[in-house]
Amino acid sequence: MGVSGLGTDAWTGKDVLSILDFSRPDLELLFETTDRFVGLPDRVPKTLADRIAATAFFEPSTRTRLSFTTAALKLGAKVIDLSPDVSSVLKGESLPDTIRMLESYADMIIMRHPSEGAALLASEVSGVPIINGGDGSQHHPSQAMLDLYTIRSLKGGVDGLRYAIVGDLRYSRTAASFLYGLTRYRPGSVYLVSPDGLRLRNEVRETIGALGLKAEQLDSLDPILDKVDVIYMNRIQKERFPDPNEYEKVKGSYRITRSTLSNAKDAIVLHPLPRLNELAYDVDGLPNAAYMKQARFGVPVRMALLHLVMGGGER
Amino acid sequence: MSERETMLVQKISDGTVIDHVTAGKALSVLRLLGNPQDRGVTVALVMNVRSSKMGRKDILKVEGVELSDEQIQKLALIAPLASVNIVRSYQVSQKKKAVLPDIITGVLRCTATTCVSVREKDSVLSVFSLVSSSPLVYQCKYCGRGLTEQEIFGELG
Repeated sequence: MGVSGLGTDAWTGKDVLSILDFSRPDLELLFETTDRFVGLPDRVPKTLADRIAATAFFEPSTRTRLSFTTAALKLGAKVIDLSPDVSSVLKGESLPDTIRMLESYADMIIMRHPSEGAALLASEVSGVPIINGGDGSQHHPSQAMLDLYTIRSLKGGVDGLRYAIVGDLRYSRTAASFLYGLTRYRPGSVYLVSPDGLRLRNEVRETIGALGLKAEQLDSLDPILDKVDVIYMNRIQKERFPDPNEYEKVKGSYRITRSTLSNAKDAIVLHPLPRLNELAYDVDGLPNAAYMKQARFGVPVRMALLHLVMGGGER
Repeated sequence: MSERETMLVQKISDGTVIDHVTAGKALSVLRLLGNPQDRGVTVALVMNVRSSKMGRKDILKVEGVELSDEQIQKLALIAPLASVNIVRSYQVSQKKKAVLPDIITGVLRCTATTCVSVREKDSVLSVFSLVSSSPLVYQCKYCGRGLTEQEIFGELG
C-alpha cells in the first residue's frame, strides 16, 4: 500500500505495480512531466531531497536498476541498495519480511523479482510506495511507460500507428506491459509476431481483448515490414526451445538486420535491451534505430515517475 | 432423497446431509471437510446412486457436525450442485445450496511454479477470484493465471 493521505491525484503515494493501474490522462501527466525534465536538465526540482529510495533487485538488472538509481539521485534522494546475494535473503528470509524491513528504512522501494505477483505482495505489506521494476513474466510498468514516451517523442503520438511486437511474447514482461500500455491508446493495428511455442500467454491475450485491443498473430515479420510504424523487438532465447534445431529453423524470422529493414520505410525499431542476435549491430547506424534513445529516456521517465509518486505533481 | 435412498443408511439425529454431490466426489468432499471420520465422527457415504437430476450422484451424512458457510463455499468447488441439509433432532432445520465463492483464500494452489504465491507459500495465502462458473475458472490474484475445473478437481480431489 502506498503512502496514504499525501494527495488525491492518480500518482501521489501510489504503488506502481502495472501500467494498467494508470489511465491515459495519468500517463499524459507523466509524459508532460518527463518533457519538462528532458527540456530543462539543469533545473530539475529536488523533489526527493531528504528522501531515501531503496532498490531491491532479486534478479539481475542493468538499465532498470541504474536508471532508477540515477533518477532518484538527480531528484536529490539518497539511495540504499539491498543486495540479495549478500543479505538475509540468502538465509531464506521471506519476501514480506524483507519488504517490512526496507519500508522501515526508506520512503519508497524500487524492486525486481523473478516471481509474478511479487510487487503486488510487497505492496500488501509495505506502508511506502512499491515501484515494480519487473516481476517474473508479468509486469514491467516503467519500461512500458518509457516505450510509449519514446514513440510519442519520435512519432508525435501513439494513436493510429501500426505496431509489430516481435520475438518471445510468452515470457516477455516487456511485451506484455507494452501491450497493456497500448490499451490506453487507439493504435491503428497491432501484430504479434512470434514462433508457435512463444505466443502471448492466454491471460495477457484475454486482458487486452477485454480492454478492446485487437491484435493479429503472425509467424513472420516479412509480410508486414512495409506496413508498420513501430517494430518492438524482444529477446528470443535459444533456451526457450525444447529442441535447439527448432530455434535454428525459426530464428531468422524474428531477426532484424540492415537488409531486412530496407523494406521497412520509416518504421522505428525499439528494443528493451540487452539484445541477443535478434537485432543486428548493423542496424545501429540507421535512422530506424530508436532503441538507444529509448534507453536514454529511461532516466527522465523514471525521474518523472518518482517525482509524481512522491507528491511532486502537487507542488 | 427418495425413501429408497434413505433406506441405504440410517437417519442421523444431528449433523449434516450433503446431497447431489457429483458422482465419485464423496471422498474428495470428506477430505475437504478435513476427514472428520479420523476424529471419531460417524460418517456415511452413498456413492454412485441414481439421480433423476444428475444421472448419478453421491450422498454424505456427517453425524454431529454442522458445515460452516466457509466449508459450504469450498464444497461448491468440487460439487457445484451440492445441497446441504442441517439436521437437528432428526428434522431438517436448514437447507443450503453450495454457491461458488467470488473470492477463495488459502484453499487452491496456483499452477504457475513462478507465481509468488507458490514461491512464498509459507508467508502468503493464495487468493483466487471467480472468473467463470461454466466452465469453471478461478484466476490467481498474484500472477493472473486461470485455474480450470480440471485443475481444481486435481488439487482438491
